[in-house]
Amino acid sequence: MFPRDRVRRRSGGRYQIRLRPNERVLLAGLVTQMREQLLASTDDPSLQRLFPPAYANDAERNAGYQVLTRDELLEQRLAALDVVERTLDGSDLDEAEMTAWMSTLNSLRLVLGTRLDVSEDTHELDPTDPQAPVFAVYEYLGWVLSQVVDALSADLPPPSADPRP
Amino acid sequence: MPSPGPLVAPSEVDQPVGDVDADPDRPWVVIVWNDPINLMSYVTFVLQKLFGYPLEVAEKLMLQVHYEGRAVVSNGPREKAELDVFRLHEHGLWATMQQD
Repeated sequence: MFPRDRVRRRSGGRYQIRLRPNERVLLAGLVTQMREQLLASTDDPSLQRLFPPAYANDAERNAGYQVLTRDELLEQRLAALDVVERTLDGSDLDEAEMTAWMSTLNSLRLVLGTRLDVSEDTHELDPTDPQAPVFAVYEYLGWVLSQVVDALSADLPPPSADPRP
Repeated sequence: MPSPGPLVAPSEVDQPVGDVDADPDRPWVVIVWNDPINLMSYVTFVLQKLFGYPLEVAEKLMLQVHYEGRAVVSNGPREKAELDVFRLHEHGLWATMQQD
């Protein structure tokens, strides 16, 4: 669909994300919208993937986990949104800024994907489907995200762990 | 023919007695669950970044999540497992923990 050219690794551990003007407008709008949603309430069902449970079958422990972590997760999401907003021109990003872009693109996909109720079998939507434009945005975010992931993967430090979980 | 004996079904004989969580030494496992949203390359990247796994190990775990629905990605005492779950949640992965 497009040439794969939105993200570049530069020398000295720096990165470039070159979006077209209409893409920057789109992303700026999504960032604003998500910030408003996060600040309004983290209980919105479309945000559930951003604040998941830690214990599948233990409501009490899970409540404790939420108390401990929800504010921190919220602050991190908001801080990443701020970074993307501040560096929308993407001309010269350090690793922390690039990571904030990755987090934000992924968070936006989690929210849109939840809202669209995507499944493994959702590959495209009928163009007449009222949700088709949202799905196109979801796909677009995935396309940029995969390039950001590739760039950051290339700069991962050497493996450290015993190779068995 | 059932032979006479204690009126306890065999399936009940092996049931643990008391609180199964009472043993604090039983290790916890951290599980990543399949979800239709996260990109495969992203999941692989996160497992490398958070746990220091080599690419091949991270890819194998990602594929296990994808095809089997879940994979154990780390284990340890409760505090460590909870921290690992939190770091996975920071990265938007669907992770939970349970005692092994």
